[in-house]
Amino acid sequence: MKTHLHIDWTSCDGRGLCVELLPGVLDRDDWGYPVARGKVGRDRTDVPLRDADREAAQEAVILCPKLALSLLEGKAPEPQNGAPGT
Amino acid sequence: MFAARPVVIANGAEGEPLSSKDRTLLAHAPHLVIDGLVALAEALGGASMYVYAPAASLPRVEQAVGERPRGKRIRMVQAPETFISGESSAVVNMIANGSAIPTDQRRRLSESGLNGRPTLVVNVETLAQVALIARYGAPWFRQAGTPADPGTRLVSVSGPAPVPDVVLEVPGGAQLSAVLQEAGMDPAALSAVLVGGYHGRWVRPAAHALSPAGLPGRTVRPGAGVIHALDLQACGIQATARIVGYLADQSARQCGPCMFGLPAMASILNRIAGGETNHRLASELERLGKLVSGRGACRHPEGTAGLVSSALEVFAGDFRAHLSGYCTGPGGAAA
Repeated sequence: MKTHLHIDWTSCDGRGLCVELLPGVLDRDDWGYPVARGKVGRDRTDVPLRDADREAAQEAVILCPKLALSLLEGKAPEPQNGAPGT
Repeated sequence: MFAARPVVIANGAEGEPLSSKDRTLLAHAPHLVIDGLVALAEALGGASMYVYAPAASLPRVEQAVGERPRGKRIRMVQAPETFISGESSAVVNMIANGSAIPTDQRRRLSESGLNGRPTLVVNVETLAQVALIARYGAPWFRQAGTPADPGTRLVSVSGPAPVPDVVLEVPGGAQLSAVLQEAGMDPAALSAVLVGGYHGRWVRPAAHALSPAGLPGRTVRPGAGVIHALDLQACGIQATARIVGYLADQSARQCGPCMFGLPAMASILNRIAGGETNHRLASELERLGKLVSGRGACRHPEGTAGLVSSALEVFAGDFRAHLSGYCTGPGGAAA
């Protein structure tokens, strides 16, 4: 059972607080939005966390001014199929 | 068997500009779609049923529903004509809130979808196949196609004028070149083929089978069932730039990486197509594609990035030519 940090991209405004609280997990992209370090695919939306990062992640969830972060306990949601346009 | 009554939605939204298979199916065989929807709803212990389709398709579906006693509880919802209106969370959002844009998904729609109920969003073509399997059985269905890709699929095929756009039913694992020939084209007279739609891939016309699984380089995923061929004179970079410009424009502009990343990719493609000779542009395009992938409520960023990545691979020669100041196609602005 692994904890994931879920980023709601529809709420995220790229304020950058999460990147400051989790510098080892997140970086900022060209436009200031968080990007999970060393992760590909949907692991960049449901970011797997090490136990050591849990506390800082909880803080980021509480402090995110856009309420765009949440913790998923256990398994990350499996990807949906349904690509746009199909 | 479920805490809340489940929901099944027949998805007839066809946002892919080059696709016409779903509207063709709904115009010619709406009863199959309804039968498949009813069969799935019954299999789920009596699910609520919806048909979600563009305005032009709804009258025919309504007429067919009237001819199917078991379909009388089906509700109709009109799908807007946008690229993302058929994405499954956008479908649920449109039915629930009248807004056909994707939503953030902490849970799968099959766990919590329309009004929190377990929800299945199924393409209308799949439902027609379900109806046929329910009627004739699995062995009948498996007579067509290959063991790994049984049955048939609908494809929307288009190409250089004067070849008319057609919708074909082809067996699973069909050779791309055979499908192109059936649509009236000579594969040897084509430079590249877009397979799967605007979130699909460019491939060379030869030696690819259409199948959802298999060796890359030998198979290509049919995706949205779009097959669009370019003739030998067309510039693949210009074609890709036009598509990526469209995809950037179709972003719902609610997720930052998509809202900013897709226009940035479109802009670079336009600069390359327009003749700018900066060799860093191709690697910048690749970097942006990797940057946006996996970062959005839906798959629009990675779908777009996948198309661009296939263009960089298949049109590598054209990119080199453009970045050196000429275009191999006569329509190229850099020629």
